[in-house]
Amino acid sequence: MSTVSNRRQLDYIAAQAADARVNLEIETEGMTLNIGPQHPATHGTLRIVAKLDGEQVVAAEPVMGYMHRGYEKLSEVRTYPQVTTLINRIDWLGSFANEVPFILAAEQLMEVEAPPRAQWIRTLLFEMSRIANVVLFLGDMAVQVGAVTPVFFAFRDREHVLNQIEAATGGRFHPNFDRIGGLKDDLPKGWVVETKQVMKKMRSFCDEIENLVLGNEIFQARTRGIGVVPADVGLAYGLSGANIRGSGVDWDLRRDGVTGLGGLVYSELDWRVWTHPDGDSFSRFWVRLQEVREATKMIDQLLDGLPSGSIMAKVPRIIKVPAGEAFVETENPLGVMGYYVVSKGGLVPFRVKIRSASFSNMSITPWLLTGVYVPDIITILGSLYFILGDIDR
Amino acid sequence: MRTWLNGGEVIRLSSTDTTTDTTVDANAVATDAVDEVREAILSDLNRELGDALVGSHIAPGVDITVRVCAEAWATTATFLRDGLGFAFFNFLSAIDWLPSLGRDMDSQVDLRLQAADITEQAADNPEQAADSTESDEKDTESEAMEQGLAGGDTRFQVFARVNDVVQHRAITVKADVDPVEMSVPSWVPVYAGANWHEREAWEMFGIDFVGHPKLRHIYLPGSFEGHPLRKDYPLLARRIKPWPGIVDVELMPTDDSASS
Repeated sequence: MSTVSNRRQLDYIAAQAADARVNLEIETEGMTLNIGPQHPATHGTLRIVAKLDGEQVVAAEPVMGYMHRGYEKLSEVRTYPQVTTLINRIDWLGSFANEVPFILAAEQLMEVEAPPRAQWIRTLLFEMSRIANVVLFLGDMAVQVGAVTPVFFAFRDREHVLNQIEAATGGRFHPNFDRIGGLKDDLPKGWVVETKQVMKKMRSFCDEIENLVLGNEIFQARTRGIGVVPADVGLAYGLSGANIRGSGVDWDLRRDGVTGLGGLVYSELDWRVWTHPDGDSFSRFWVRLQEVREATKMIDQLLDGLPSGSIMAKVPRIIKVPAGEAFVETENPLGVMGYYVVSKGGLVPFRVKIRSASFSNMSITPWLLTGVYVPDIITILGSLYFILGDIDR
Repeated sequence: MRTWLNGGEVIRLSSTDTTTDTTVDANAVATDAVDEVREAILSDLNRELGDALVGSHIAPGVDITVRVCAEAWATTATFLRDGLGFAFFNFLSAIDWLPSLGRDMDSQVDLRLQAADITEQAADNPEQAADSTESDEKDTESEAMEQGLAGGDTRFQVFARVNDVVQHRAITVKADVDPVEMSVPSWVPVYAGANWHEREAWEMFGIDFVGHPKLRHIYLPGSFEGHPLRKDYPLLARRIKPWPGIVDVELMPTDDSASS
């Protein structure tokens, strides 16, 4: 951690301590506050032990593992096609996006490339799972500051996207649709037209949220200047996705991918990466809102340019992946997700290291929550946006 | 282009158009060509670390993996962050290279498939088939440990990955873990995010990270004994009950003639 960011953190704590001088004068006794494991802000079962001095957090420590399912171990006894069933359940709100980097890593080892149509549909479903995931965040974030209406709007409009995902894949939450070498099936009849309608609805949902939440005075008071993450600290903690772009880092793997993104077609689309310089809870919300808008535009372009042809490359019926190692990372709804796949040439992976976004995104919380007030814990956790399955794997 | 007013100062809020921003794209490197970007990283590391850099592997246009000795594990991290600009900490974990012993059911399928291969070969060349059967039997008894990219000498290896968010590069670093000491220097002073990843690697593999603030259980209960991701840690569920999903990989009678 650099000295600059240390000083920023200290300034922040000092300013808040000045605010809370009353507490210091009364000399309240420290207390320990348990948040969770069943708090709505935890998206699952995460427990946070916060040591308080009056209204201020002195130290905070997340306790996890309530949902640890041992996917890395289980992957070692499943064949490659069976692994996708497991990893669907990592980030359950954007399941299809979980499958893609693993399949791409296996394809990289097998030196197989999916046909163009499969790549376009993959990108399409990838962005749709981003919308399905982030839309819920947009509603949920408002709940964290006490507004209940937006989350109903979010659930209502997310259903349109989930219906489209279900129509194409057969599963609302766990599509299990991606295959090594292509996709399970082609798109159903009439899907393209319907999806265009849904994208219009999603854009109007974004406008609705912008009018309802973003300009709201209470929302701004609760999020602006709260939970500031300087860019260098965020990078050292491995923050990714909208969390790091909210701190002004212009980095998106969809555009800047290093390895093996041959299976996704973002370079063919006209879109842009949104960043915000502030690094606070508000900026993380703002960046996500823009990303949903951008995703709807991307989907429109993908639907217009959908190439014809096969959706499956020629792969053997029994998949044996040649010995080797591959790491493929993609820009998932929650941030950078990657799979380090080690193969010994058999039916099953020798080792699968799952790099999930929320695990790293949450690792900053002990640093970030130190010095904040109790109500801000909830908004900061909400704005960092994690899914418990993505932390506990 | 959208802007945001911040104290009277207009700040541009999005990147430039992505369609024009392809000059520094690492993907542009042709697969056959010599990978200049990754060769440059390797020569920089070689100059800085000298003998401590013990192995390297470059897949042109795809990825770079280097292996350093355990003593230089932390200094490599410092150089990668300060010297080469790899500011983003991606992940840190470990690999146990002991051949898999715990997957009983799947190894049965492996054997059956191998048997199918052998009978196919037997039709072509009976002598060769006899040889391969013998070697297979040896393999099941004492399969040699084989380390992956960039080589290795020990059963356990730690590996980590860092990214450069400005020039869009990434590198995987590995190090052998001494089987007696089972410890490597911690990355926490360099990359604060390594804290939880090292706790996980400590719990799952039993590798000690010297200099870590406090190695505590992260997923498992505090009283848990053993290191689950080690290859000699049995997966009990699989021992007790055969995995029903095994039917998916059974050989179909028509497989050989069907167009794959």
